[in-house]
Amino acid sequence: MTNTSANPISRLFNMNTSGEKGGRYLPLWRQLILQVVCILIAITVLFPIMYIITLSLSSSGSRPSTLQLIPTEFSLVAYQQVLDRPTGNPVTFVELLKNSLMLSLGVAGVALMIAVSAAYAFSRLKFAGRQFLMMAVFFVILMPGIGLALPLFLLFNGVRVTDPTSGSVIFNLRNSLVGVGIAMISGALPFAIWNLKGYLDTIPKELEEAAIIDGASANRVFYQIVLPLAAPALAVTFFLSFMGNWQEFVLSWLFLTNPADFTLAMSLYNMTGKYATEIPWNRFSAMALIIASPVAVIYIALQKQIVGGLTLGGVKG
Amino acid sequence: MAPITLGTPKPAKRKRTKAEQQNIAYLYLLPAFIVMGVIAFYPLLYQAAVSFTDFAIKDLRSGFASENLKWVGLKNYQDILTGGLPVQDFEFFRTLGFDFWWALSNVALHVPAGVLVAVLLNTQGLWFKKIYRGLYILPVVFPSIVVATVWRNIFDGQYGAMNQALTSISQLFGSVDPVRLRWLEEYAQPIPGMLPGVPLVWAYYAMMIANFWLGWPFMCVVATGALQSIPKELYEAAEIDGASGPQQFWNITVPMLRPTMVPAAVLGFNTTFNLFGLVFWMTGGGPARATEILVTFAYDLTKNQGLYGAAAAFAVIVFIVAMILFLITNRITRATESYDAA
Repeated sequence: MTNTSANPISRLFNMNTSGEKGGRYLPLWRQLILQVVCILIAITVLFPIMYIITLSLSSSGSRPSTLQLIPTEFSLVAYQQVLDRPTGNPVTFVELLKNSLMLSLGVAGVALMIAVSAAYAFSRLKFAGRQFLMMAVFFVILMPGIGLALPLFLLFNGVRVTDPTSGSVIFNLRNSLVGVGIAMISGALPFAIWNLKGYLDTIPKELEEAAIIDGASANRVFYQIVLPLAAPALAVTFFLSFMGNWQEFVLSWLFLTNPADFTLAMSLYNMTGKYATEIPWNRFSAMALIIASPVAVIYIALQKQIVGGLTLGGVKG
Repeated sequence: MAPITLGTPKPAKRKRTKAEQQNIAYLYLLPAFIVMGVIAFYPLLYQAAVSFTDFAIKDLRSGFASENLKWVGLKNYQDILTGGLPVQDFEFFRTLGFDFWWALSNVALHVPAGVLVAVLLNTQGLWFKKIYRGLYILPVVFPSIVVATVWRNIFDGQYGAMNQALTSISQLFGSVDPVRLRWLEEYAQPIPGMLPGVPLVWAYYAMMIANFWLGWPFMCVVATGALQSIPKELYEAAEIDGASGPQQFWNITVPMLRPTMVPAAVLGFNTTFNLFGLVFWMTGGGPARATEILVTFAYDLTKNQGLYGAAAAFAVIVFIVAMILFLITNRITRATESYDAA
């Protein structure tokens, strides 16, 4: 059994793929029953995925009259149309993508930069009021996102620049990507602090202690020892934040009214529901798959770390 | 502290290091707390203040400086709890009850399903294990907003895949009429009186199906991790003692999974209770607010009704509910910890 592990095809048919040793012999009839169960589960999992893949590869914009789960044609017309003009608004896909990317990357980056020193202080330093300040951070995490959306909406709406001659509003923080970004940081920052602190807690302290003995200043310890050691944690926290921001919808839909500022997630919402009557389903499906792809790729690449991080947070609550 | 004392022989220096550490800590916390002060703590206080006023679209321009703004005391809270809001079809306790039931019924299905599939995939000698594990992770990989919109299309009353699939199945039994169930709009309840006081319309079941697809694979991933850390010796010993498969499952697998699955279930409950994306994108809370949860209603009050005072009061209530839930669920998690220690 061990000598076949190099060949992927023989590995596919290898009885024991999980690397477990020993165990009972699985009778053929049981094996077949379990295979049937597994395949049935796989069909339910694949059902919606195959459905939109098939729809997205169809060249016809009409609504599907019969159920089709396996693509019969491979047309990229829908993808082309979506990239050309995704919504009814005169906004190109590139502009939407740019808005989404700026918002997701910007918020994740800024939140991470502000969070990392605070996470380090919470994880390693002792100071008066530590417990209280940590509760304050947790307090914000506990608040459902919508709970902060309203006051930020009202406060940002007051920040505006008007043209002194005509009196028309030139800039309103509430109705701008910058405003949405700042509002999103209010959720991303406490999450990043909490998440990073959880990771930093698992890094052994010995290196830092040795550096302190050698007389390194606190700043040197932080920049030259902690930051390099925490690099993987920083990356995972950044990507977790990015994935959340990429799908962010509540704040942007509440704040923004100008189609030029819209994000991909907002456009997808525009293509569904009561607005969807004029949007062909093949284009909707193509858009959905395009939006899903970056998150899916990151998730598959970092699956272990992400699941580990999520459950760690859950356990430590 | 011990290593510092070792490395710094002079007592004067040690003292400075300790005070220095305090200051360094506050310096390191400063950026985060300035930012959170401005965009989180201050807005929360502002919101609490707004909740005692009749803040509405008329006051958007000048906020608290507005001449029309009136302080109304606890009227907003009273209106929310007693149905005095000028909003159709809203009943606070019905929505709260539905939200609880929604979160509870989801977790009650996801956790056992996830555990069962994880156990199935952990069967020794099962073929194609890795392929199945790879496939079953797909729902977790898809962004939930995409999933919600796709499921919304699947449940379309006319062209949706669900009705088409049901039509093909019913044709096998000789039916000729196509299934035209308006999943997301129908007011009728498939099982009337299932939850006293809270109508569970077809849209609830549609959302349950969509969220089941979305939810069990995560629980399966968590359970798989926990299963693989159970020592094989326990099963071998049980085997020698003549324990049957079900006996091994209930007496080894289930107790060993509990410390992992209880926090995962608690996390799942809290997430589902405030699951804005799926509910908003699939049904928008409809029909007639029958599938509205607290967060989607808070959003509606702000975005569509413009009743900012009432929305602020509602957000405060949502926060109090979240706080109570957190305290309860935290107790549950602690309870398992002491269970482990005992």
